[in-house]
This record gives sequence, structure tokens and C-alpha cells, in this order.
Amino acid sequence: MKLRAYTMVIALVVIWMYFQIRTVSDIYPYGLFLHPVNLANLFKQMCVTGVLAVGMLLVIVARQIDLSVGSLVGLAGGIAAMSQGWGLAASFLLAIGVGTIAGALQGALVAYANIPSFIVTLGGLLTWRGVILYLSKGETIPVRLPIFRLLGVALLTKASGIALAAVAIIFLLWKRRIIAAVLTAIFVAMMNAQGGVPLPVIVLLAVAIAGHFLTQQTIFGRYLYAIGSNPEASRLSGINSRRHVLIAFALLGALVGVAALLHTGRVGSASPDAGTLMELDAIAACVIGGTSLMGGRGKVAGALLGAMIMASLDNGMSLLSVENATQYVIKGIVLVAAVGFDMAGRKRYQ
Amino acid sequence: MPAPLLEMRNISKRFPGVLALDDVSFDLYGGEIHALVGENGAGKSTLINVLGGVYDYDGSIVVNGDVAIVHQELSLIPEFTIAENISLGREPHRYGVIDWDALYGRAQRVLDELQLDLDPHTITDTLGIGQQHLVEIAKALSHDARILVLDEPTAALTDNEAEVLFAILERLRERGAGIIYISHRLGEVFRLADRITVLRDGRAMSTDAKSSLDLATVIARMVGREWRIGASRVRTGEGAYPPRDIVFEVRNVRGVSFSLRRGEVLGIAGLVGAGRSELVMAIFGAFPEGGEIFVGGERVIIKHPWDAIAAGIGFVTEDRKRYGLLLDQTVLMNETLAAPKTDLATAERSMKELRIKAQSIEDIVGTLSGGNQQKVVLAKWLLTHPKVLFLDEPTRGIDIGAKQEIYQQIDRLAYEGMAIVLVSSELPEILGLSDRILVLHKGKITGEFDGKTATAEAVIACATGHAA
Repeated sequence: MKLRAYTMVIALVVIWMYFQIRTVSDIYPYGLFLHPVNLANLFKQMCVTGVLAVGMLLVIVARQIDLSVGSLVGLAGGIAAMSQGWGLAASFLLAIGVGTIAGALQGALVAYANIPSFIVTLGGLLTWRGVILYLSKGETIPVRLPIFRLLGVALLTKASGIALAAVAIIFLLWKRRIIAAVLTAIFVAMMNAQGGVPLPVIVLLAVAIAGHFLTQQTIFGRYLYAIGSNPEASRLSGINSRRHVLIAFALLGALVGVAALLHTGRVGSASPDAGTLMELDAIAACVIGGTSLMGGRGKVAGALLGAMIMASLDNGMSLLSVENATQYVIKGIVLVAAVGFDMAGRKRYQ
Repeated sequence: MPAPLLEMRNISKRFPGVLALDDVSFDLYGGEIHALVGENGAGKSTLINVLGGVYDYDGSIVVNGDVAIVHQELSLIPEFTIAENISLGREPHRYGVIDWDALYGRAQRVLDELQLDLDPHTITDTLGIGQQHLVEIAKALSHDARILVLDEPTAALTDNEAEVLFAILERLRERGAGIIYISHRLGEVFRLADRITVLRDGRAMSTDAKSSLDLATVIARMVGREWRIGASRVRTGEGAYPPRDIVFEVRNVRGVSFSLRRGEVLGIAGLVGAGRSELVMAIFGAFPEGGEIFVGGERVIIKHPWDAIAAGIGFVTEDRKRYGLLLDQTVLMNETLAAPKTDLATAERSMKELRIKAQSIEDIVGTLSGGNQQKVVLAKWLLTHPKVLFLDEPTRGIDIGAKQEIYQQIDRLAYEGMAIVLVSSELPEILGLSDRILVLHKGKITGEFDGKTATAEAVIACATGHAA
């Protein structure tokens, strides 16, 4: 586990160095990739995938899967855009509420009707997309509320960025996470160099911290791992597996709502095909970050690392003007290679 | 004498923490049935798995002829026909297209040869479990193997089916095949075998011709004389608690009723398949079946395992890998699974008290030895502070040292007032630890004994349905 975590960090560093060297030019003699402006872009890109990956982790750890999150991003984002007339709060609550209800519904079908999650959410993938196509009549709805737009693109003022960083660094030093504290300082310094820390990054961090706490510190979270590790033993230990699975799906649904708001805000409009294939990015992020599709294994930090690797590949290849076709192939190979690597290093307990 | 078909010399096999086979030698000649007997965990299955190439080992094996092994667990594909199962993995074909005529012809020949009156077109799933075992044996024999290994072949057979099997084995012996026959049923062993090898704690105690042995000698060698369960009991025979202090009562669950008093160990004996695990699973709410359950004199409704836990019932399940443990998680997580509010210090104290040998409480359970894994399951349930503790085969597949520690724990818990139900296939365990013994046969209670006066013979008679 330790070794694996380090190899993924090393993989990320290698990817970054490669792109940095390849983007050296007359204008950017040290490379463009790690320039603050591009880094800010990179982090903004990974926010939607990151939020989805944290939610997806809850479900995968319990040995389930959700293929519907891409379509649900489209539905929740569309509903948020359509309900702007009722005010910002209503719009946001509706997006998150729709996500939660859709997630809970799918979770109920998985947990209580015993339909495999693969099938339930494959159905969801089609259904939610159909619903938003119907509701929006196939039209793209622009974001009109300024704060909604800002959610996706705003930068914190430099002072508030520094204040937040100070709090985080004090906490990290107290926990003796020296490296993390140093990285935080570098991150905020770089973001301030290009204007400030992007707001969606703060949203992602909040979601990640909550997800980490939920999975590592609460009974609910630990039980998700137990259910994924050995469902039968968990049941016989008195765990209400069905309820836990339902709640995991509902939480993922709520985070899909959050991701939909970030995405819609960033793009500036809600198109009916928004979010297409996002479920695959989220699953890939979890898996690259060491989450086992067999359940019982995986951490929020790993999923974020996976999301960052995916976003770095996207961003770097775009900078290098790699063709779309090639991008797909490379991302596909990276995903399969990461899992192959995982299986080779896996120890099976009998 | 001709050369043996099989010669295993000085075989040793070590698992983490357990020496499963210790310098075992074993041979088999053509035209003989060589029985391998021993208690659970004596090393029989390990020896067969070594022969089958499942494990690596120290020592040497010389084989003259193909080996076919019929394991206790069925390896048939339920949706396939008998013929498809018999030819599984070596289907007759032309350019990859199955030659159905040849496939069914082969199956019919094998079934005829065994004088089994079965249609090879039958879907395996529709057969009774005993007939499925006969198909499994037919599948093994269709390989034209000269060496046949049968692991508890009669466990799931009816008497009639067993007779069919015995007739087949005798014919095979006449034709010069060598058969290794593993069984708990010593009556069968004495009827069929030419030679008998006794395994105990991973060592071969003796190999003798049947004519020079009697039942009592074989049992004595299997069980051993040097350790007697219960010899170190702290409980006195009279019981430290008043007999009327009933803490637990079951009425009419799967047709079975019994009660339990404080500090009492109730042994439930019976053969595999007698319905013991089903009974305790039903009581615990894993597969609720109706009936009434009383804890401390009050009726409790148990529909899920969590209801049972809330009522003060603990359940150390059988088959720890399947039902008991999260093998890829830590000792801490496993210990606190049923009592999630347990703090770290309590969990660590429990680990120390049960002498779970691990570097730290953060060790992954899958890396521990079987005995220590079993102690983790026990710790999990003790941390729920049960009033009544069910133990289903608590010492299956663990070494003698760990067994004795589990026995001491059972004894201590009862002494401290816990009511305990001990389900076990190992008679010495039942006889050595129980204050009272119930015997189950085909799901019904066929005998009840006082723990002090019960004898193995009487319990076995009830367990096999031969009680007077």
C-alpha cells in the first residue's frame, strides 16, 4: 500500500516533468506546464472529476459501481440552470436534491431489490440523460446568476488565500505533516501569483476533507469497507448492509449535484449532453488511485491523486496539441496499465 | 511385491505458524484400498493437496500413473449436463466444434461401467446431492486414472448410494487400481480398506494392514493420549450457578427447543449435514425461521443479526474466512466490527488477553495464522459483551496449541457466567467441555446427555440415527 502510494506520486511527478520539458519555448524558457496560470487551469479542470471521484469512492469501496453519474451531472446541472428564476439557493438546493434523490433511488434498487448496481446505474445512465433532454427540449441554458457563474471560475482574494493557507499549515504542522504543509505554502503562493486560489478548488478540498473524515473516522465509513471486503461476514456481524449501500449511493448523488454546479458554473451554461463520460473519469480516478473494484480498499487521497493524474494528462496533452484521437488512446492505456500494476502487486489473502 | 503406484516420502509442509505435515511417508499399491484416517486438522487434506499439486512441499513423490482426486466440495457446473461435466476441459471436438455424439457416448460408457442408472443428458442441478457426488466420481474415473483419491466420499450419500459406491470401489480394486480412501466413518474404513494409515497433528502415527488393527486402537491413535480436553477445567462439575438461573431459551426454532443456564456449556453434536449450523444461523437471525427466543426470561424478536447482537447474543461463525473475517483488513477493524464503539485501548487489551500473535493491532488479518485468525473472531464477539455465546466449529483447521487456548477461553467464560452453545464435529471437544450435550440427526434432537457421563459411543449412535 505504502509502496503503491509512492509509485503513483512518482508517476505524477514524472508526468509533470515530461510535460514541463516538452513545453519549453522562447516565451516560457522553463516550460509552460508548471506556470502558475496553467497550474490554476489544471486544478480547475480536476475539480469536477475530483468531487465525483470522492463520491464514487464511497460506492466502489462497498463493492458497487455507479455508471450514471455523467448523465446525472447533466440532469442536475440542467435543473439548476432552469430554476435560476427562483433564486440562487433554490437553484443550488434543487441540483443537490435531485442528485441525492436519484442516487437514493438507485441505491434502494441495488440494496433492497437486489438488482446489480451495474445494471441499475446503466439504466440510470440512459434514464437521466433522457429526462434532461426532455426537460430542456434539447436546448442549452445559459447561466445568468452571477454568483452561480463565479462558483466555477472565481478566485479568492490573495489575502483570504493566505489566511486559509495559514490555518491549514498550522493544522498540518500540528499533525506533523511537514511535506503537506510545505506543499500548501507553495500551492497558495503559486495561485496568488496568477491572481488567487480558484474557488472550485476550495469546494473540492472541502469535499475531500469531509470524505476523508467520513471514510476513515466514522463507523459508517468503516462499515462501507467491511461490506466491500466481506459482505457475508459483515452481515453476520450485525451490520445493516442494505442501509449503508443505499446511503452511499445517496451521498454520491449529492456530490454529483455539487459537481454539476461546479461544471455548469465553469462552462457558463447547461447543455443537455453535459457530463457525458464523466462517470468513466471518476471511476478511472478511483482505480488509478488504488481503489479496488472488488471493494474494501481505497482512500480519498488516492482518488484525488488519480483525478490529478487524469487531469494532468488532459491538460498536458492539450498544451502539446496532441490530437483528440491520440488522447483517448493514451488515457485508455494509462488506466489499464495502472490496474494491471495494481493486480500484480496485490496480495490475496486466503 | 510389484513397485508401488505412488510413493510419498518424508513430506513436510509448513503454513504460517503451523507445521501441517511433518515428515509424512505414504505409499499405495495397485489393487489396494489404503485408508487415511485422522481428526479434523490432522493433515489429511493437506497431504492430498500436496499430491494434487496444489501446494509445494519438502520431500519426494514418485507416481506411476495418473491421479484423479475427488474432493469433498463438488466441482461440477450445475447448469451443464452430466455428460458435459464428465468431459469438462477435454471435450471431444473437431476444429473446436464439440462432437456431441462422442461426448455423450463417452459419458454413457463411463456410467455403464459404474453401473450408474443415470441419463447423461440430465442437467446436473436437477440431481440429488448424493447423485451429484457419484457424477463427480464418474468424472474422476473417466480419466482412466490408476490412482483414485476419495475425500469423504460418503459424507453426502444416502446408505443406498454409499453401497453403490462401495461396489464400484471394489470392482476398481479388482482391476488393479489403487485407491486412497479418506473418511471419518471408521465402519466404512474397516469394511473397505486393505491398509490403514493414521495421521495426527501432521504426523503419520502408523500404517498397518487392517487385519492387525481394531477400532479401539485406531481411535486411540487418532485422538492421542497425551492431551485431554477439559483436564485443566477451572469449572467444577456441579456448576457455579443455580440450576434455575435460565438465561436463554429457544422454543421451536426449526422444530428444536432447548434452554441454557448461566455459566453452562451446551454442546451440540451431530454429523456434517445434521442441521446444526442451520439451527444456530436461524437463532441468530441470519436466516430467520420463526420460533420463539428468550434472553434473560424476556421474549426477543430476532429478524436480523443486529437484533441478536442487541439482545446479547454473540455468534462465532463457522468458516472464519467466509463468514467471520475481513481478511484484507486490520485486526483492529475486525475486532470492532460488531461493537464499533470499542476504543483502541479496549481492543488492544482484548488482543493481549486472547494472546493474538501479531506485530500490532494494525496488522492485516489475512497474514495471521489460522489459530490467531480464529482468536480475532472470538475477540470480535467478546467485545460485544454477550450474555450468550454461540461457537460454531471454533477450532476447525487450527493447530493444537491454539485449540487448547480456545478451550481455556471457553472454560473461563463459562466460569465467569457466560452461557455458551458449542457446536462441533469433534467429539473430544464436545465431551471435554460440555456440561450438557444435545445430539442432532437430520435436524431433530435425537439425544441429550449429561456432560459428565456421556460416552463417545452413545453420542455417535444418536448422531448416526442408530440410538436404541
